[in-house]
Amino acid sequence: MDLIWDGLGEAVRIIQSGDFDVWEIAVRSIFVSGTATAISLFLGILIGSLIAFNQFPGRNLAFSLVNTGMGLPPVIVGLMVAIMLWRSGPLGEFRLIYTPTAMIIAQTVIAAPIVTGFTAAALRNLHPKLRSQLYGLGASRLQMLRLVLWEAKLPLLAAVMAGFGGAISEIGASQMVGGNLAGDTRVMTTAIMLEVSRGEFAPAIALSVILLLLIFIVNLILTTVQQQERHS
Amino acid sequence: MTQAKLSLRDVRVRRGRSELVNVPQLDVLEGEVLVIIGPNGAGKSILLETLALLQEPTAGRVLFEGEPVDGRQLRLRRRMAVVFQESAMLRRSVVDNVSMGMRLRGVPRSLRRQRTRHWMERFGIAHLAHRSALTLSGGEAQRANLARAFAVEPEVLMLDEPFSALDQPTRDDLLEDLSAALRETGVTTIFVTHDRAEALRLGDRVAVLMGGFIRQMGTAAEVFAAPVDEEVAAFVGVANLGGGRVRSLADGLATLDLGGATVESAGRPPVGAVASSPELGTEVLVCLRPEDIVIEPGGSDSHRTSARNHLHGSLSRITPLGGQVRVVVDCGFPLVALITKQSLEDLGLRVGDEAVASFKASAVHLIPRGQTAARLGGR
Repeated sequence: MDLIWDGLGEAVRIIQSGDFDVWEIAVRSIFVSGTATAISLFLGILIGSLIAFNQFPGRNLAFSLVNTGMGLPPVIVGLMVAIMLWRSGPLGEFRLIYTPTAMIIAQTVIAAPIVTGFTAAALRNLHPKLRSQLYGLGASRLQMLRLVLWEAKLPLLAAVMAGFGGAISEIGASQMVGGNLAGDTRVMTTAIMLEVSRGEFAPAIALSVILLLLIFIVNLILTTVQQQERHS
Repeated sequence: MTQAKLSLRDVRVRRGRSELVNVPQLDVLEGEVLVIIGPNGAGKSILLETLALLQEPTAGRVLFEGEPVDGRQLRLRRRMAVVFQESAMLRRSVVDNVSMGMRLRGVPRSLRRQRTRHWMERFGIAHLAHRSALTLSGGEAQRANLARAFAVEPEVLMLDEPFSALDQPTRDDLLEDLSAALRETGVTTIFVTHDRAEALRLGDRVAVLMGGFIRQMGTAAEVFAAPVDEEVAAFVGVANLGGGRVRSLADGLATLDLGGATVESAGRPPVGAVASSPELGTEVLVCLRPEDIVIEPGGSDSHRTSARNHLHGSLSRITPLGGQVRVVVDCGFPLVALITKQSLEDLGLRVGDEAVASFKASAVHLIPRGQTAARLGGR
């Protein structure tokens, strides 16, 4: 039991003291996962609306692929991205392996299918005549898309939460393509794993607390926005 | 001659292997209310969506004021407005929904506000302005839907079964308001429905669409009084259809055998039908609209009216239908009449009573037996 209480006490001290390493790692995590989520939103909304709004052969296959993508094991994503970015790999000349950019790419591959799946489902749940009605009122394609996405903003917020949650909590891909380099590509999940492997539980617990708090705060904000929208 | 506002030429719409619409020619005239009527699955909505430029025809052309629409769909869509059966409101206030069409078309804010207020008042929803549109009842939402369409001041207004999801009293009210708004604005209108009463009420011209083809086109009176063939007759609600034989022809009057009774018909050929006047001895289909039949109690034999036909029988069934009553008189064959509730009470008739059904020879419409009219404009 001492291990837990000592660890927690030490963690509180680290967080209060503003231990530079821990906070630097936290900020990097937010930056990497936040960027990956933003790119995923762009890609996911684009692909999700294309799948939801267009009739084409293989549409069901596309839905299945997106749904499979929503459950992609991060380790496999890490492996695929690592192969692509490896010095001798197809994109090796860009020298991206073991950089934050490589981690953003890997987390985007994890989060984009999640956002795509949520978007397609949200758009399919809208009134089936809504698009025709907007066109009938004189909307251009772009105006239609804007209004329809605005209409689906509550489930799209859920997509943001799920995408960010998936990105910031994965470890396999970040470890593999980032390399967990101190001061460069170390993020919260890889740092926790490293500290535990060294037997340093206190910093691991401190980072875990920060990670949980972060996920909690993001979800709290988005849920509050959702609730306000629903009641307005 | 009135100019055609919107036209179809050799238009076909296919989905997969099935052809849903085949219209060689259709002209919607400037300022008219054209009703497209037909049973479910006739292709009415697809035809409307084609005219509204929401659906590309598989083949053929759509013309706006005589010019092909190609490449100007968005611009032309902004000169029209469409109202669907379901109002598909946005998750916004009623006033935002009503002004949405104008916002999409870039109408300036002050004008937007003025027209929104006007049309919300016209359709009786001004008091709902700041409610969320998703909380409206079916009737209220459809009022908002109509206000939204009129507010853009379209040159062509298209309505796809706007009232079919509503209950009867709401439907009557809305029909009244729509009819007044159409008269006032004089907007070119295409109104799709499967409801005969709506077609009669609103239509300057009626097109009967069945199986993707326009089977008959004419004024509402023509189509309803003189359907072109048996199928159209059955659809437009000529409840009394019976096989008869022409016994004699004299002075423009045909005397017919109809289930043992003798009936006289002015016997004009139906509008658009291939047949000419009936010939002696030919089998014909006798059509008689329920509202053209007058009912009186049986017993008296002196009928001093201009009606040529008086059939005696007994009342076999009475069914209330809103303000009216559907009465079936058994005259050797069942004859359906539509009379008001008040008339029935005044007459004091009950099931089993003797009754006389009278109707004018001109109300009896004849269709050559077993013939389906050529499809209008078909090849």
